[in-house]
Amino acid sequence: MAYSDKVIDHYNNPRNVGALPKEDPNVGTGLVGAPECGDVMKLQIKVNESGVIEEAKFKTFGCGSAIASSSLATEWVKGKTLTEALAIKNTDIVKELSLPPVKIHCSVLAEDAIKAAVSDWKKKHTEK
Amino acid sequence: MVKLPIYMDNHATTPLDPRVLEAMMPYLTDQFGNAASRNHKFGWEAEQAVESARKEIAALIGADPREIVFTSGATESDNLAVKGVAWMYREKGDHIITCVTEHKAILDTCKHLEKEGFRVTFLPVDNKGFVNLDDIRNAITDKTILISIMTANNEVGVVQDIKAIGKLARERGVIFHTDAVQAVGKIPFNVNEMNVDIASLSAHKLYGPKGVGALYVRRRNPRVLLTPIIDGGGHERGMRSGTLNVPGIVGFAKATQIARENLANESAEMFRLREKLRATLERELDEVYINGDLQKRLPGNLNMSFAYVEGESLLMGINDIAVSSGSACTSASLEPSYILKALGVGEDLAHTSIRFGIGRFNTEEEVDYVAARVIEVVRRLRELSPLYEMAKEGIDLKSVHWATEA
Repeated sequence: MAYSDKVIDHYNNPRNVGALPKEDPNVGTGLVGAPECGDVMKLQIKVNESGVIEEAKFKTFGCGSAIASSSLATEWVKGKTLTEALAIKNTDIVKELSLPPVKIHCSVLAEDAIKAAVSDWKKKHTEK
Repeated sequence: MVKLPIYMDNHATTPLDPRVLEAMMPYLTDQFGNAASRNHKFGWEAEQAVESARKEIAALIGADPREIVFTSGATESDNLAVKGVAWMYREKGDHIITCVTEHKAILDTCKHLEKEGFRVTFLPVDNKGFVNLDDIRNAITDKTILISIMTANNEVGVVQDIKAIGKLARERGVIFHTDAVQAVGKIPFNVNEMNVDIASLSAHKLYGPKGVGALYVRRRNPRVLLTPIIDGGGHERGMRSGTLNVPGIVGFAKATQIARENLANESAEMFRLREKLRATLERELDEVYINGDLQKRLPGNLNMSFAYVEGESLLMGINDIAVSSGSACTSASLEPSYILKALGVGEDLAHTSIRFGIGRFNTEEEVDYVAARVIEVVRRLRELSPLYEMAKEGIDLKSVHWATEA
């Protein structure tokens, strides 16, 4: 299977790899997928006082397309408000990375990771 | 400097040996005759070439030349063996015994026969990849007409105790077939010493051309009869109709001759290279696991799981090296390898498996290069892996509640 240039670029030079402190109240962590399915994504966001995502980090266990989808997701959420971040659709990722049909699940997982990170952040803030 | 890309996927296919091509050339050009043409020189030359090839191939496995039936390859050989026996001996019985780690050419043929009313027992294997002899013994009934167990597995390289299985089959009067495609030319294989009644062979797994294979069919003690699966001119003593692939057969024979003459040396060299690769990877990386038994194994096979690194992403990182992965992402089905699953390898580790297949033309420099590249990419991808991070934090990944369906 041939990969698109953008997938290869994200695979070779993944953006925003790393971890943010999980316990930080301003950090939301999303962990989606399962090792048995061959894909696990961890996406973290750090939200500032004006409700804007100022930092995003990821780590992904999965194929090249999964790595590229999550790398792209961190790029896209940065500088966005939570509402804007939630508006990112998996189809946008498919389009940007030219993912073939068998790799659409990677983009779905990336969208889920964003949602999970936002909802973790929201949970921390409603509990207070 | 090594020449890139490196081919290290010799269980999938092997490169054509230049000596084989040379032997084939006359039969692709001037000597184009049909081996069934009885009235002219072109036909006689072709027939002569086929008969001498038959002798050569028989010699490699200790058979009589009249016991070799040429086919189009391993899949056809497996189909002819299993369906041929099933249809010929249907009045005697309707039960077949095989095992879950067989090639799809056996498994799907058996499933086809189930639809025709045959009963098939698919025996499990243990975590090393071996089928249990007692399981076979207990599965045999007075309706059992065939046992089909492969000699060496195409993914994990595990070599079954064919001699013992053959002995058991012989004692119980059941025909014994083995798919010997991965084994022949790589390890000693003799149909008489190993009590084999039918064996599938393929040319392109031993540096011969694609599109040609053979089926060994025992003529004496016991005499095995097969119902043909292709109807036509009655070639190959009625067992396989169709004009013979003369250049392919000649190439197959040349490949067989080279394999027979060099078997011991070549096998030892592949083993040495395989062990070097294994030792280097195990020394430099933590949490790597060998899939399948390491002792009773094809000398050139290494199947290894690199925990926390998904197989396809690893292949993408080593894209100047041709190997295979048991990961779901590399197959159309999105299911990880059924063979690893049968060995009890968890799906998480099956996704991280790589099959290295070392062959005749691989060099030590190539093995060193492959080891270095794999180590580098595994380390890089582990830095990217949330699972590796969690494992290092002491989190038991089995205890995590994964949202499997998002």
